[in-house]
Amino acid sequence: MDVYELLSAILLAIGSFLLLSGGIGVLRFPDVYSRMHAAGITDTLGACLILLALMLLAGLSLVMVKLLMILAFLLITGPTSSHALGKAAWKSGVKPLMGKALNR
Amino acid sequence: MRHTASVTLVLAAIWLGNSGHYDALLLSFGVVSIALVLWITHRMDVVDHESQPLHLTTKLPAYYFWLFKKIVASNIDVMIRAWRGPSSISPQFERVPAPQKTDIGRVIYANSINLTPGTLSVVVEDDYILVHSLSSDGMAELKSGEMSRRVCGLEE
Amino acid sequence: MLTVTTVTLLLVMALALSRAFVGPTVFDRILAANMFGTKTVLLIAVIGFLFGRPEFLDIAMVYALINFIGVIGMLRLIEYLEDENRNAHEDDV
Repeated sequence: MDVYELLSAILLAIGSFLLLSGGIGVLRFPDVYSRMHAAGITDTLGACLILLALMLLAGLSLVMVKLLMILAFLLITGPTSSHALGKAAWKSGVKPLMGKALNR
Repeated sequence: MRHTASVTLVLAAIWLGNSGHYDALLLSFGVVSIALVLWITHRMDVVDHESQPLHLTTKLPAYYFWLFKKIVASNIDVMIRAWRGPSSISPQFERVPAPQKTDIGRVIYANSINLTPGTLSVVVEDDYILVHSLSSDGMAELKSGEMSRRVCGLEE
Repeated sequence: MLTVTTVTLLLVMALALSRAFVGPTVFDRILAANMFGTKTVLLIAVIGFLFGRPEFLDIAMVYALINFIGVIGMLRLIEYLEDENRNAHEDDV
């Protein structure tokens, strides 16, 4: 096992843990807006780490270029779709739960 | 003109990176489709300094490096809150001033707010952004205005 | 480690699906569907490496595009339907 494989295994492990935390957060948080933050973990750092790990496995090649393109695409579309989702929810009158009021 | 050249360059890079076959037939298909996309984007009138922010090229890498550190920190924060459950969050929903002069500055600011988990821009208006934040710390940090100052620095 | 990541991705997709079933609002369901989609992109990429077939990356890229456009289209449809509903109500009053 060389250095790259070891590094990519570490990145995959951390990435998987982040994805799992995001999934748990989406189940546990109380309203749409706070769930969006949990989904944000899996969309930004989780996807970043897993694609970086795959890039380390691929080495310098066309495969790496494709992985970079997927990463760039996920990082551009992620915030756009979450903004669209938040705006649509707000316009249709979904009120966010505020402050400590939700700890009944 | 510079913007057209940059669109062509980006499209060519995407074609070459995705195709993997470099014979005459497929390369000529590439040239034809790039020409077609260029014609359509010109008809749509979207090739300008907003879709191709060339004037920001030198400053953007440093900003995104700073933003990446921010994203890692807030990811860890939200991750801890996800495991501790709903009792650890106290959502805030407030207006944050957006003093950026240009549209693209405001878009970069709102996008950065969205990229960092824990803060979410819901409505973007001319002089403020309606932000939902997972904790009062995140809102206070946003209101201290460091990110906003850095985006303003990009515009000059 | 690729196997572990694959299993985790499947688990997270199951969690997202259960949120899509529970709801309660339509936006929760769209959020869950969006998350399911981005996790599918990652799953296709990881499985491509697991089976030694990096050509799967092309499919992952196309899936990312379709997922984004699907979510935006769905949100537009919902906004449009709600506007229509509101107008119909105002006509009644």
